[in-house]
Amino acid sequence: MTGWAMALFQRDLRLSVRIGGSALVGVLFFLAVVTVIPFGVGPDLNLLARIGPAILWIGALLATLLGLDRLFQADREDGTLDLMMMAGRPLELVILIKCLAHWIATGLPLVVAAPLLAIFLNLDPVSMGAVTLTLLVGTPALTLIGAIGASLTVSLRRGGLLLAVLVIPLAIPVLIFGVSSADAAIHDPVPFLTPFLILCALTLIAAVVGPIASAAALRFSAD
Amino acid sequence: MRSSLLKLIAENLTIDRGGRRVFQDLSFSLSQGSALVVTGANGIGKSSLLRTLAGLVPLAAGTIRLEGGETDRLPQEQAHYFGHQDAVKPALSVLENLRFWQNFAAASVCEDFTGSTLSPSLVLETLGIGHTAHLPAAYLSAGQRRRLSLSRLLVTPRPVWLMDEPTSALDKTSEQQLLGIMNDHLASGGLIVTATHTELVLDRVETLHLQAADPAEQAPEEALL
Repeated sequence: MTGWAMALFQRDLRLSVRIGGSALVGVLFFLAVVTVIPFGVGPDLNLLARIGPAILWIGALLATLLGLDRLFQADREDGTLDLMMMAGRPLELVILIKCLAHWIATGLPLVVAAPLLAIFLNLDPVSMGAVTLTLLVGTPALTLIGAIGASLTVSLRRGGLLLAVLVIPLAIPVLIFGVSSADAAIHDPVPFLTPFLILCALTLIAAVVGPIASAAALRFSAD
Repeated sequence: MRSSLLKLIAENLTIDRGGRRVFQDLSFSLSQGSALVVTGANGIGKSSLLRTLAGLVPLAAGTIRLEGGETDRLPQEQAHYFGHQDAVKPALSVLENLRFWQNFAAASVCEDFTGSTLSPSLVLETLGIGHTAHLPAAYLSAGQRRRLSLSRLLVTPRPVWLMDEPTSALDKTSEQQLLGIMNDHLASGGLIVTATHTELVLDRVETLHLQAADPAEQAPEEALL
């Protein structure tokens, strides 16, 4: 059973590395969002430090949305998706593995870039660590929720925008608990663990609901 | 009673695509070692029939069974679909493309079907694209891509082959080779359903000719829908 899962995982990872750009474009977009905000807000360092975690989270959310539309579309266009459905493997697991590979190729670079971008926003080391940790736990949820949108818009030529509109409302809980646990680490009286554990729970729920809903949508659009 | 003989049975297939009825109450059965050639005018539903058998188009009514096959697998999971799209990733090398399908698709064998698992490099060699094994698939010509797609059928044994216009983009030599491969598959106890416009010289052929219903006959039915 692990053989086919590994083959799929390696193929997806290899494709995103070879086609190139997906990780870099995401990080550059993240950088663009984060650098543009101080220009809009003004050079108030205290204000920036206070809203920094929120900016990083919103930047990560937008950067994640950027690459999601190709999650299934490339496989559908060349007929691979049809064959995957006939392969005799559970489609839900196939989607989970594809999401994992996609997250490693596009989500993980965002997490790695976050501490560097946090410097731009005048975050102190503690909040830098807190934001990075919450992004590490929370961005998989964004990819998994995004997979639902990606499979719903798989047959549309320009589904990227519709995908963003569909996914953003569903991603709001993740955003709320991601930002609030990062904030909790900075401001003392509030416990960090409570929102953080809820964020972990959201990711685990997304790991179940995302693939199931996404598989249903893909089966429906197979025609 | 021994019923392990493979038999593909379709009963009263009815499918709708885009709100239009493509065909209604189509039944056939195909026994082991024979090929069903589906003919008919463009747009009559040949591809739809193959995609239905592949489980990619939902049935409005009817059933598809593979008698004597693995009971815990759906018929489409014991079938290979060789359609118009090649499912070849240009960024991967030819061998990587083929290895992925060998590892990913579940093989399906039963006592009466003795399809063997061939190694990817051997299959590529047989199909005359062995020299391209380490090239990115992006550099292949249309015919070579088609042959790479065909080699997928040989590395994973499955008894049923669903082939939509299998000879398209192939030259005369490759076409002969394809026929050889198809005959070998039939000889080893497989089944083939193919939609085609060209004459295919296969060992045991049954023909299913799809034809539009007589308009006068169809009128009352249309009224019902």
